[in-house]
Amino acid sequence: MGSAALILLIIVGIAFAGGGILVSKAIAKTSKNKAKGEPYECGVPTTGTSWIQFNVGYYLFALIFLIFDVELVFMYPWAVVVKSIGVVALVEIIIFMFILFMGLLYAWKKGALKWM
Amino acid sequence: MSLFLEISFSAMANGLHNWLAGSISNATLVSVTEMAIAGVSLLLFLVPLCFFLGYMERKVAAFMQIRLGPNRVGPKGTLQIVADTVKLLFKEGLTPNASDKFLFNLAPIIVVVTSMLAMAPIAFAKNFQIWDINIGVLYVSAISSLAVIGILMAGWSSYNKYSLLGAMRSGAQIVSYELSVGLSLISIVILTGSLRMSDIVASQADGWWIIKGHIPVIISFVIFLIASTAEINRAPFDLAEAEQELTAGFHTEYSGMKFAMFLLAEYINLFIVSAIAATLFLGGWMPFHLGNWSFFNNVMDYIPGSLWFMGKTFLIIFIIMQFRWTFPRLRVDQLLTLEWKYLLPISMVNVIIVTMMAIFGWHL
Repeated sequence: MGSAALILLIIVGIAFAGGGILVSKAIAKTSKNKAKGEPYECGVPTTGTSWIQFNVGYYLFALIFLIFDVELVFMYPWAVVVKSIGVVALVEIIIFMFILFMGLLYAWKKGALKWM
Repeated sequence: MSLFLEISFSAMANGLHNWLAGSISNATLVSVTEMAIAGVSLLLFLVPLCFFLGYMERKVAAFMQIRLGPNRVGPKGTLQIVADTVKLLFKEGLTPNASDKFLFNLAPIIVVVTSMLAMAPIAFAKNFQIWDINIGVLYVSAISSLAVIGILMAGWSSYNKYSLLGAMRSGAQIVSYELSVGLSLISIVILTGSLRMSDIVASQADGWWIIKGHIPVIISFVIFLIASTAEINRAPFDLAEAEQELTAGFHTEYSGMKFAMFLLAEYINLFIVSAIAATLFLGGWMPFHLGNWSFFNNVMDYIPGSLWFMGKTFLIIFIIMQFRWTFPRLRVDQLLTLEWKYLLPISMVNVIIVTMMAIFGWHL
């Protein structure tokens, strides 16, 4: 079907999700109540803002992830041709992986992989 | 080989095209009509699939816990999930006053669209694919990592502390486990030398990779199963919606049809992950063959490819559903330790072993 399939899938997804929500909005019974608009935190009135600060650890993992994800992007084209190139490609990827693995070990040693 | 189902699919498509081209003179209109038919038939496949997966999930849970499961609505309880959907359709969709309304409404749509997009390169049978893209494996891993945007959006816009925490956890979890998923996909790409799904299936005509590839491929299959269970936020990795601590995680504030969309996307993702595993490791629509046993092989050939594909996919779905009732939920630190200190180093070393296998021809 070719790349037109992408547009088709996007349209089908939006039409299905949006249509379902709109139909539900049209036929569902609604009632007004002040308490309905409050955040659901098990019935207790919320204290302070809900957009709170969260653990910096999430950012740390996101940063390490970025490095390894770039590695992964490099590896896809390599993986396609490695069989035809042979041992040279193997040696090169071993060096590449070794350097990255050192990076992981460094992050590990520095305590970046420890959840605080 | 009995390819009657595959042949009838392409024959149906060709017949439809000829009929439309004969009755409508405008070429653009013909392709638009064909696209509309394809879209409707995709929905006619996906919605019953999600109903069935919902039913199957409850029945598997009941089977694991020695109880009956749904058995009142319809024959053997099969219409229970339909009744639930109708209930959700008639429920009021609440939006919290303080929430970011635009993002709150956009999030379920994004989650559904990304999971639908990932359906494109899946090979259901020979010549039966929505889009046989030449970078199929890369496409799937790229699209499936987009799902995290919808989840973060839902958690952030809800203006609820539970939602925010659930979304952050889910983000950290999905990006972490994506690495292991990618590396185990790459090990099959190395052996095949192609990212195209149909090439990967064709390379398994003489044996599935899980059999041909010895222990390294089995290791990457197991890593793929674990990491993709985490990627689709299913138990034991369902920290993002851990009901005992976070109510319902990132979709706490969602109700009615918007909540149903998250549920639907979860089941579509479960299907996609299992389909990818079946295609890459278990031979896709290729039948099971045993060496020179020609009688056995002929009997296996008689089963159509699409049934083989669905059978393998549902086997993996069944395994993933069993995980939920077998393993206790991990803590967030255990989760990240498992990925960064165990799965990632193991899969990195495994990729190098698989490369050696591919270059020196150690595989069958």
